[in-house]
Amino acid sequence: MPADVYLNVAVGGVLTGLVYGLMALGLSVIFGVVRVVNFAHGEMMTIAMYIAVTLFTAFHLDPLIMLVPIAAVLFAFGYVLQVRLINPFITRPEYSQFLLLVAVAIIIVNLLLIFFGPDAQNVQASYAFDSFQIGALIVDATKLYAGLAAIVVATALFAFFRSTRLGTAIRACADNYTGALVVGLDVKHLYALTFGLGAACVGAAGCMLLLIFDVTPAVGPAYTLLAFVIVITGGLGSMPGALIGGVLIGLTEAMAGLLFTPSAKSMFAFGILVLVLLFRPQGIMGKRAT
Amino acid sequence: MISTLIEGVPRRGLALLGALLVALVGAPLLASDYLIAVLILILYFAYIGQAWNIMMGFAGQLSLGHALYVGLGAYTAASLYVHFGIGPWLGLLVAVPVAALASAFIGFLAFRFRVAGVYFAILTIAVAEFARVGFDHLSWTGGSGGLFLPVAQFTHNDLWHMRGHPVMFYYIQLAATALAFVCCRALLKSRVGYFWLAIREDEEAARSAGIDVFHYKMIAVVISAAMTSFAGVIYAFYYNNLFPEQTFHISRSIEIILGPIVGGIGTLFGPILGAALLTGVAETLTAALAAAGIDLPGAKQVFYGICLLLVITALPDGVWPWVCARIGLGSRKK
Amino acid sequence: MKRKSQSKMARVSRRTFNAGLGAAFVAGTAPFSIVRAQGAALKVGVLLPRSGYQAGIGQDCQRGVDITAGVLKDLGMPSLQLMSADTETNVDVARARAEKLIGEGAQLLVGAFDSGQSSAIAQVAEQKGIPYVINIAAAPPITEQGYKFVFRNFPTAGMILRDAFIDQKQIFAEVGAAPKTAVFMHVNDTFGTAMKGGIGAVMPKFDMPYKIVETIAYDPAARDLSVEISKAKATGADALLMVSRLNDAILLTREMVKQRWTPMAVMSMGPGWYEDQYLKTLSKLSDGPLSFAPWYDPNKKLSKQLDAALANAHPGVNMNVNHVYTFEALLIAADAYKRAGSTDPKALADAIRKTDIKDNVTIGPGIQFDAKGQNDKIIGGGIQNRGGKLITVAPKEAANGKPEWPLTPYDKRG
Repeated sequence: MPADVYLNVAVGGVLTGLVYGLMALGLSVIFGVVRVVNFAHGEMMTIAMYIAVTLFTAFHLDPLIMLVPIAAVLFAFGYVLQVRLINPFITRPEYSQFLLLVAVAIIIVNLLLIFFGPDAQNVQASYAFDSFQIGALIVDATKLYAGLAAIVVATALFAFFRSTRLGTAIRACADNYTGALVVGLDVKHLYALTFGLGAACVGAAGCMLLLIFDVTPAVGPAYTLLAFVIVITGGLGSMPGALIGGVLIGLTEAMAGLLFTPSAKSMFAFGILVLVLLFRPQGIMGKRAT
Repeated sequence: MISTLIEGVPRRGLALLGALLVALVGAPLLASDYLIAVLILILYFAYIGQAWNIMMGFAGQLSLGHALYVGLGAYTAASLYVHFGIGPWLGLLVAVPVAALASAFIGFLAFRFRVAGVYFAILTIAVAEFARVGFDHLSWTGGSGGLFLPVAQFTHNDLWHMRGHPVMFYYIQLAATALAFVCCRALLKSRVGYFWLAIREDEEAARSAGIDVFHYKMIAVVISAAMTSFAGVIYAFYYNNLFPEQTFHISRSIEIILGPIVGGIGTLFGPILGAALLTGVAETLTAALAAAGIDLPGAKQVFYGICLLLVITALPDGVWPWVCARIGLGSRKK
Repeated sequence: MKRKSQSKMARVSRRTFNAGLGAAFVAGTAPFSIVRAQGAALKVGVLLPRSGYQAGIGQDCQRGVDITAGVLKDLGMPSLQLMSADTETNVDVARARAEKLIGEGAQLLVGAFDSGQSSAIAQVAEQKGIPYVINIAAAPPITEQGYKFVFRNFPTAGMILRDAFIDQKQIFAEVGAAPKTAVFMHVNDTFGTAMKGGIGAVMPKFDMPYKIVETIAYDPAARDLSVEISKAKATGADALLMVSRLNDAILLTREMVKQRWTPMAVMSMGPGWYEDQYLKTLSKLSDGPLSFAPWYDPNKKLSKQLDAALANAHPGVNMNVNHVYTFEALLIAADAYKRAGSTDPKALADAIRKTDIKDNVTIGPGIQFDAKGQNDKIIGGGIQNRGGKLITVAPKEAANGKPEWPLTPYDKRG
């Protein structure tokens, strides 16, 4: 096989991985602070994708432009979900949280089925089929935009947590729950903010992914699973980890597809996950738990 | 032996349990075929729920990949039958060790490398998904094209080859569930059971008390997987066809664990009650929507999800402990 | 493995003539419907995966169910009392629903698209002695398992391939060109695997002008198919031979556009490439692929009738395999009921076994079942997407247009 095939596949894998990473970022933020594993993560993303589809069909609004308002809607959704439903569960055992979010996921999937029907939907952005050619390298335009946007969103989030008072307060909650209570932080509100931020992240990711993939009500669970794989690989709770995990999984799947059979490529992703769990359970970028 | 099993169980509890067993044994005399089909499903999920509960409810290890053991049991027994004509009961002698070995492998790696909590749960998902894609490519078992067993002729019941009428499967499943119930009770009353509970409550404390935590967690995982694989064997011979997508899929793993969580984790009767409630609610919702003239695909699942939400919010410990308190069965561990 | 196409030509004209006569007769007697003479309507349970992972296909099949009553009435067929059930894309549910439908009095079952769910239903039907007509499911083992009450009016993987190769050769002859090499890409699910197995067995018998230089299998749940196209493009093959589903067909086309690869032809042997969603989503880019699939004969009278009914009930929906085979399954039920004159399941099953419907929708001489309950008379068609419409280009007797060849490069479509 000519060498440029490897290059093309590798670049494609890295870009897809970045978008996967952005989707997983939200999961990581939520777990890092609230310590709840969001089993409805992929389903929340499909909500954002359907909002984007609706806006595009009705008003011809580009998903990349609508990214911010849609992220805001998802933020509100996440905030309310945390305040109304999840808050009582943060001290409950994992299986209890798991069941709660599985129930939420079932409801989301089927409400979407009822309202939007089962057929795959997408948006026809003018640049949907563009690609850039640089020598032998062909780069998919939507993937490039999405990959860049993923880096921007991740950086913004990182800056928020590092340099704002609110971000510092949230990190304090994550590091020491009781301590945060003692110094008088409104932990419930901060948790809800965090869940909202995580939801906003996945909402933004949904807008970009819509340019690359179609949405059906049933795709949610698959994305939830993918987000897990990435986040655990990169390090649960670590923001750069989510992006690096995404890139690693994207690249692994791409190369495995090229070198072996594409139908078995997810096996390699799960294989990496198992290896990471065993040899570096805190993930590539995660801090060793004390 | 029997006296230790029933020791400490209120009389009323024993009487109710006996009545339930009699009712279930007699059910095929009165129940319609449809009801039998639903009861088989309930017993099937109750049985696997029991098996899963050993790992989670007793020893505190959250597995989200139990479909792996169902699938391994199903595929091993079915392949032996299709390729070598070896019947399910002999096949069990291979299927159970295969599932037990797989679980021992996962358990060994996980506990050796101290993978715990959410991470352990994700590890179990990963291995099950790995197996799903792997079986998709295993041509000896039909790959993604599916494995088809020669179809049962329903003229007579052949228990030895598990070919026959659903009522036969009903009794096989009922016996398995009853046996699992008794085994779980025995395990819980044994030394192992006490160590499990100690590990579940506080692993570090158990370790410092001198319990070989690794050893006892391994026992829980292996027993749970071995029991689950038997359900897989029944599944294979009841449906007569297997597809990796349907057998190993994560949605199957989730289905398995809903029952025991709703019923009451760590209780003996919880998985049975949970399975009955969930299957019952699903069937009732279907019937109710049909009666109301609502033909809206997805509506049933929305209501089902709301029911789950209500139960887990209102009764975080599950339905069975709540029922116990209501009907005056003081002991939660019947 | 050769179809006798001359004799069929002869039969077509004879059938068309008879059909015309029949229709005239039916139209004349329609007010005095035969239905009432037979008493109650036949209770038919229809099982489809209308929610869950296969909801899209299940609901599309349901469109075929929706338009059936009207068309059957026009044909003077006895009316059916349809009892719908949703299998939720789950075998457990499929089995329980089948039991429930029979418990509620269903005298015949129809469904269920998916091979696994269909197998689960088949066992219930067989045990109860209730006839079961499978609308769609291509896994060969279903009719090889020894059922007596299970019928399948859908081609097996081997039949689909046989007709695909015959039709391809016809097209190659017609356009005076043929690919020398091809990449075979297939989805790794039940259907894809059955087709892959079939290719090894069937293709050597046809002396095809191309040889398969590489086989690429991909995951049915794949979200990204860029690697697959890179791999296919790197082989430099003339043609892309496909077995896929809908979403992956769309993804693959997009990748071909983005990676700037236009093969001489895309020849699909299954669903996806002709479906409405594909045409709508890709618009101009959807033109050109050839699909070799179980298909309707656009020249048959009943096809036109069904198409009109569909256009009426669901405007803008192109008629496809899902509607056609779901309708035919119900047609078989009504026809058997008419001939059996009773709702007794055994009599119905006997009547289905003797089914001989000449005036049907799909390509081929009509509907008949062999000893295993398989309609082995079905003939697949070759269709091409052109401007959002589907043109039947093969076999000749069913064609309503000529094939366009080769594929217009994706970057030269304005």
